[in-house]
Amino acid sequence: MQGLKKDLLLTGAFLSALCLAPWVLPSGYYLTVLIMCCLNAMTVVGLNLLLGYAGQISLGHAAFYGLAAYTTAILTTTLGLPVALGMLAGVGLAALVAFVIGIPTLKLSGNYLAMATLGFGVIVYIFLNETVGLTGGPSGFTGIPRLNAAGLTLSSDRSYYYLTAAVLCAVVLLSLNLIRSRLGRALRALHTSEKAAQAVGIDIARYKLFIFVLSAAFAGAAGVLYAHYLTFIAPSSFGFLFSVELLVMVVLGGMASVWGSVTGAFFLTALPEFLRMFENVEIIIYGAILILCMMFLPRGLAGGVSSLAVRLRGRARPGEDDHAS
Amino acid sequence: MDSASLLQFLISGLTVGSTYGLTALGFTIIFNTTGIINFAQGEFVMLGGMLSVFFMRIAGLDEASAIVLAVAAVTLAGALIERFTIRPVKDASIINLIIITIGVSIFIRGLAMLAWGKDTFALPPFSGDAPIALFGAVVMPQSIWVLAISLLILSGLKAFFSGTIYGKGMLACAQDKKAAYLVGISVERMVLLSFMISGLVGAVGGAILAPITLTSFDVGVILGLKGFAACILGGLGNPFGAAAGGLILGVLESFGAGLLSSAYKDAFAFIILLLLLFVRPSGLFGTREAKRV
Repeated sequence: MQGLKKDLLLTGAFLSALCLAPWVLPSGYYLTVLIMCCLNAMTVVGLNLLLGYAGQISLGHAAFYGLAAYTTAILTTTLGLPVALGMLAGVGLAALVAFVIGIPTLKLSGNYLAMATLGFGVIVYIFLNETVGLTGGPSGFTGIPRLNAAGLTLSSDRSYYYLTAAVLCAVVLLSLNLIRSRLGRALRALHTSEKAAQAVGIDIARYKLFIFVLSAAFAGAAGVLYAHYLTFIAPSSFGFLFSVELLVMVVLGGMASVWGSVTGAFFLTALPEFLRMFENVEIIIYGAILILCMMFLPRGLAGGVSSLAVRLRGRARPGEDDHAS
Repeated sequence: MDSASLLQFLISGLTVGSTYGLTALGFTIIFNTTGIINFAQGEFVMLGGMLSVFFMRIAGLDEASAIVLAVAAVTLAGALIERFTIRPVKDASIINLIIITIGVSIFIRGLAMLAWGKDTFALPPFSGDAPIALFGAVVMPQSIWVLAISLLILSGLKAFFSGTIYGKGMLACAQDKKAAYLVGISVERMVLLSFMISGLVGAVGGAILAPITLTSFDVGVILGLKGFAACILGGLGNPFGAAAGGLILGVLESFGAGLLSSAYKDAFAFIILLLLLFVRPSGLFGTREAKRV
């Protein structure tokens, strides 16, 4: 189990780095950014399992994120149920909805699948906006309680951050493990050729559905954590553009790379914070960075790092002057 | 529901639908030569409307020349996008190229916001706003302009694709890129041309729609979404399907808004689209699966 050991070590190192981060960062505001990074990373890792490994696109993952957030918000705030129960129900509903819409939708492929998931996202978005009595409509849902379980309330941002970091690492570990399993091999087989995979006896419909539901559950986990962290949610956070952003994070991070997804999510979530100083031209620079990254890092940030390492090693050889930057 | 209201819904649906159709045509043209879903297509439409307003107000041009200039500018923008962001990396995978077009759309939206702010603008109707009565329904003159110009663009494109050497070259690229190379077609030039034509068609759509729905820096997102939906509805890669898909989507929305509720009109249109996809996985007029993305 060489691979598992390496994964455990890497994840452990990553978790320690995350836990140390608050001690180094200048202000508490960065904790909020880090929490958002962790939440997006969970969703993006799941989406990459679907897109990068199984080869199935989804432009509707913001909807699972939003459905889970609203479910726990309504259950805990309007109905006064315990937070832990609300969170479980939120993740469960996201997974259940994914299961129900996945059965007909995953028969589609390519751009048609993109459209169907996109359409699903738009429909959910409209319902979140229009069912004002239930969701509060466009102005949002307020007064969601902070997470409390077993008499313990995670009131400080720092403790909440540790929780999200731990959940992210669990998601990463689970995903890494999954990829190396029989199921992971099946997914890659069906990505390469559905017909060939089917011919060797892989039940492609079942595997696709499983990974779709799993990625929706990851998005749901991020969604419920988001709701109980901000204590306020509005439909505008779960729209079409967020789904697109998640997809961009997957590809920019590196397709079929769990650590790439984490990198992509952290990079693109934190980027706007660093661009704040440019005020009006912030969006233009964001767009330009995206274009340049995609043009010059065809295999994403993860691929860029590994090819940089190769080039650096090449430069160490005598007589070769290779500019690795 | 009397027949006059039904006619009214039909007319407004066809009007909005034809601009969806134009956006969808833009998607189709680029998709056919490159396999890319161009996420900046909606931005072409936005630029068509916004630049027309800008040339009229700031440069003081009359409406017709302002629109012509705006369309020319967007055509040029299409060429620049292809030349600087797509051609240098043309061998990259399709999904990477799609993400590049997402970057381009964000970039253009940012530029538009910087230049014109977040306000909404209106372009005056081309020939007044005195409504015309038709079998009890009311038709705005702008609707007739929209339908007529869309039809003109459609027949122009048809003539271009079937009657000119460039048009035929582009069709050859759509059929098989390698074979097109082999018979001496410059595929690069066809891709450049497809971005220019997409820019042109999108900008025309934006300019003729602006008097009806107003325009602002962010209208491209929703129009792009509708255009893509129209493409898929009609069957991706089929220009006729794209135009028809646009009209159908527009009419569905209009009837959804009129008969059910205006808040749920988009949901209604998308639910129908999803149901249709479950029955016909490659759209209404699609022939084969598009194995891309």
